[in-house]
Amino acid sequence: MKELSKRIIEGDVRSASHLIRNIEDQMPGTDDVMRELFTVKKDTHVIGFTGSPGAGKSTLTDGLITAYRKLDKTIGVLAVDPSSPFSGGAILGDRIRMVQHATDRKVFMRSLSARGSAGGLSKAAGEAVQIMEAMGKDRILVETCGVGQQEVDIIDHAHTVVVVLVPGMGDEVQTIKAGIMEIADIFVINKANRDGAQKLYREISAMLASSPSNKEAPERRWKVPIVMVENLNDHDKFQQSVETLREKLDEHYEYLIKNHLLANKAQHKIEAELKEALWSRIFQPVVDKLYADGEMEQMIDRLVKKETDPYTLADKIAKEYLDK
Amino acid sequence: MNRKIRILLAKPGLDGHDRGVKVLARCFRDAGFEVIYTGCHQTPEEIALTAIQEDVDVVGLSCLSGAHNALFPAVVKDLKQNGAEDIVVFGGGIIPEKDMPSLHKAGIQAIFTPGTPMQATVDWLNEHITPRD
Repeated sequence: MKELSKRIIEGDVRSASHLIRNIEDQMPGTDDVMRELFTVKKDTHVIGFTGSPGAGKSTLTDGLITAYRKLDKTIGVLAVDPSSPFSGGAILGDRIRMVQHATDRKVFMRSLSARGSAGGLSKAAGEAVQIMEAMGKDRILVETCGVGQQEVDIIDHAHTVVVVLVPGMGDEVQTIKAGIMEIADIFVINKANRDGAQKLYREISAMLASSPSNKEAPERRWKVPIVMVENLNDHDKFQQSVETLREKLDEHYEYLIKNHLLANKAQHKIEAELKEALWSRIFQPVVDKLYADGEMEQMIDRLVKKETDPYTLADKIAKEYLDK
Repeated sequence: MNRKIRILLAKPGLDGHDRGVKVLARCFRDAGFEVIYTGCHQTPEEIALTAIQEDVDVVGLSCLSGAHNALFPAVVKDLKQNGAEDIVVFGGGIIPEKDMPSLHKAGIQAIFTPGTPMQATVDWLNEHITPRD
């Protein structure tokens, strides 16, 4: 086994962080290590947090770290923030809410820029989760960028998805729309001391009562809980609600194990990882080459002049590369 | 390959004046850097360990409280203690001319004081920071 793989499995933060960055930056040579880490047996509960910007995902994550550390669990945190579509730069600010854990050696936090990815995560997120799993973390908390309605990539990488909502974001039709409202294993109504929290609770309850998963046999059914979290200014009360959330998370993980659903989730994760690997091996090199050859620029130029259309060009390139 | 400069901006010590550092964070974002910002009231140890977890190339410290002589070198020391002396440290804030030589000697590689055009800081970073291999 490679020295780097060994160091990561032993839990060395610097090596792990180096590797995550090399993957983000698509540096050559990461595959060999990932291959070795892939085969490490893992026993980690991966938890995803998603919700709109400012819903309180980072603060909840911080509270959960505290709750898990009381139980002496080791923690990995991946926090994704958006990247600029113009400069490619980013301001990653999720750690501001988690500073109290900065010197706890059993907590490894890493911020990721979305790097233009549209699903609420970054392309490197799946591999970063794998790296933290290989480090032997008991829990990995993945926080997506602030999302809207459709960014559901987190379901590919987490065993349990927590959707964080705040009161006052729209009428009940929002709760029956497709997308993010369907992916929750647990709902959190955050800032529940605000007006409209009870109304939101009723609306989500109604939505859940009519959801198709209710057709499953009662003993196999996961009843999606709604956890109210209020009053951030009263720290004890806040931490109490987080404790409730922690219990629900553990229950969900036990439920997955008891009903042999972890394998399902794992399959889902692996499918997503394979698709990403295919993407980086097939699509990305073609696009890179088009840019490097200046062909991309020529094509754009022709399109601007309306000499041809994107479909014809894409067909031509697909033929060139796929018919080999 | 798509290496970007990764930078940690932090405010050590008892100093809540963060407007300047936020403006800089924004400016670095627009320069295409990935900026990790961790807010005010950080200890040198917190800053050093964060820099390692985030695998940054460079740490920028902002201090307007007058405690830079104690805090800036402490960050360099904590990085070294944790095997990360390769991470570059620079600083800015209300820093008297007479303090600069000792700060430079302590490993603070550049110091920017009020009135520095933002672009000058970006230029310095682009010139002196090579993202690691």
